[in-house]
Order: sequence, then C-alpha cells, then structure tokens
Amino acid sequence: MMDKFDFLEELGNRLVGLPKEDRDRFIEYYSEMIDDRVEEGMTEQEAVADIGTPATVAKEILSSFPLTKIVKEKVKPKRRLSAVEIILIVLGAPVWVPVLVSLFAVFLSVYLVLWSVVLTFICVDIAFFAVVIALLAAFTGLLITAHVPEAFACLGAGFIMAGLSLLTMLFVKLLIKGVVWIGKQIILGIKYFFVGKGDKK
Amino acid sequence: MDIQLKRGLLDVCVLASIKTQDSYGYQMIKDIKPYIEISESTLYPILRRLEAASLLTVRTAEHNGRLRKYYSITDAGRQRLEDFRTEWNELNSIYLYVTREV
Repeated sequence: MMDKFDFLEELGNRLVGLPKEDRDRFIEYYSEMIDDRVEEGMTEQEAVADIGTPATVAKEILSSFPLTKIVKEKVKPKRRLSAVEIILIVLGAPVWVPVLVSLFAVFLSVYLVLWSVVLTFICVDIAFFAVVIALLAAFTGLLITAHVPEAFACLGAGFIMAGLSLLTMLFVKLLIKGVVWIGKQIILGIKYFFVGKGDKK
Repeated sequence: MDIQLKRGLLDVCVLASIKTQDSYGYQMIKDIKPYIEISESTLYPILRRLEAASLLTVRTAEHNGRLRKYYSITDAGRQRLEDFRTEWNELNSIYLYVTREV
C-alpha cells in the first residue's frame, strides 16, 4: 500500500518531462486532494487508493496536457550552449534535419496508410450501393419487358447487395473509430517518449 | 453521454459548485459527483481553463496548518451560468418538439 509520500514521489517521477512549474502544480494539487480525504477520516493509504495509481493519474494528466508544451520543454536547453556546440549543431544540420524530417514523415505516412484503408472501404461501400441501384434498375427494366423470373432474381440480388452495403457501412464506422483511437494513442506515445526520457531526480 | 456535451456541462457544474460560496477541489468533486461523473484528473484541466478564461479566480489560504486552494466565481463566471440558463431554455423547446406525442 502506498502512502502520500510514495504516491507523490512516483507521480513526480512520471512527470519529469513536464515543465517544472506545471509538475509542481500537479503535485501540490494531488497533495491537497490526499490531505482533504485524510481530514475526512480516511487513512493516507485509503486516500491514495481512492485517487488511483500514479501510472493512471500520470496517463490522464499527459492525455490532457498539450503536446507542444512537452516538446518545447524537452527542446529548451538547460543551460546556454557553448560556441562549439552551436557550431556542431549547425554543421550537423545536414544529418539531423533530414533524420528528424524523415522520422516525422514515417509516422505521418503510417497514419495516412491507415486512413487510406478506411477510404478503400468507403469506395467499396459506394460500389456496393451503385450495384444495388443498377440491380433495381434492371428489375424494373426486366419487369416491363415481361422477364418476370429474371426480374425477381435481380430484385433478390439487389436486397443481398443492399444488406452487404449496410454491413460495410457499419464496418467503416468502426474502422474510423479505431483509426481515430490509434491517432490518439500515437500522440500519447510521443508524449511518453518525451516525458519518459527526463533525468530521474 | 456525448463527450463534447459532457465537457460543456462539466464547465458549468464546476462554476455552479462555487456560485453560492467559495470552495476547494475535493469539496467541488463531492458536490458535483452525484450529478455527473468527475475525478481529480478531469477537474484539474477544467479549473485551469476556467481560470485562464477569468470565469473563476484562485487564492491560496491556510487551513489546518497546510495550504489549500480556494476558488471563487467572477462576474464573467456568473454570466456564463446565466448564458447556460438561456441556452437550456432553447434546448428545452427543441426537446419538447422532438419528444412531442404523435
């Protein structure tokens, strides 16, 4: 069982990558929340358990914390760069700029591929729907020209295609939800990447 | 409940919890919880957002030998609650239209 100190220490460790000011505010906030519960008669351990594990709290904090602020904090130099370092950074630009750009491009294209899968299924669904229309047209045409059995065969096929088209539509809806979720996870992953790399103090 | 709708409702619930008297984090959660699901981690960004929008102000005061943050509503915050009332009346007429007997 964790007490207040353990909880706040672990939470702090999990948020090392955030700007110090924000981290302190979170610690202060959760410390107050624990104290208020204790004041109502809970033990420290119960109060901590009531709030959740540091891991889940840190995850929720990161999800709602702007990514730009995390990256900015990470990129901000802790001290003034020396002349040699600046020269190295500038001279190294032909190497690290393309690496960074391509890394970003890889992430982006993987995500775009996911969306094109979605697009493919949307096209399939549109095609199904077009077939439904065509079959219905065939049904009317055949009926007028008195080809009754063929007409009803077309009508039946039309119903099957309409069913398929509706199923595909449901599938596409699920797919879109999934891809949006993956996008959120990727952003959360990037946040973890930046925050996790902080020096443990 | 729809996420967007819940977000908007949480904002006004937080303001409503301090409309008669100032309050602090844990008390606000206890007051709001019977009506809408809220946790520490959802409350925090809302408080920051409402503070940034000047709908509430924060002050730190001593309580039992420790510091506690108290939140008070501003005039703009009260106006937001007033706006909610108007919006709700509009919503209610839509509700009546949607659920009318055939």
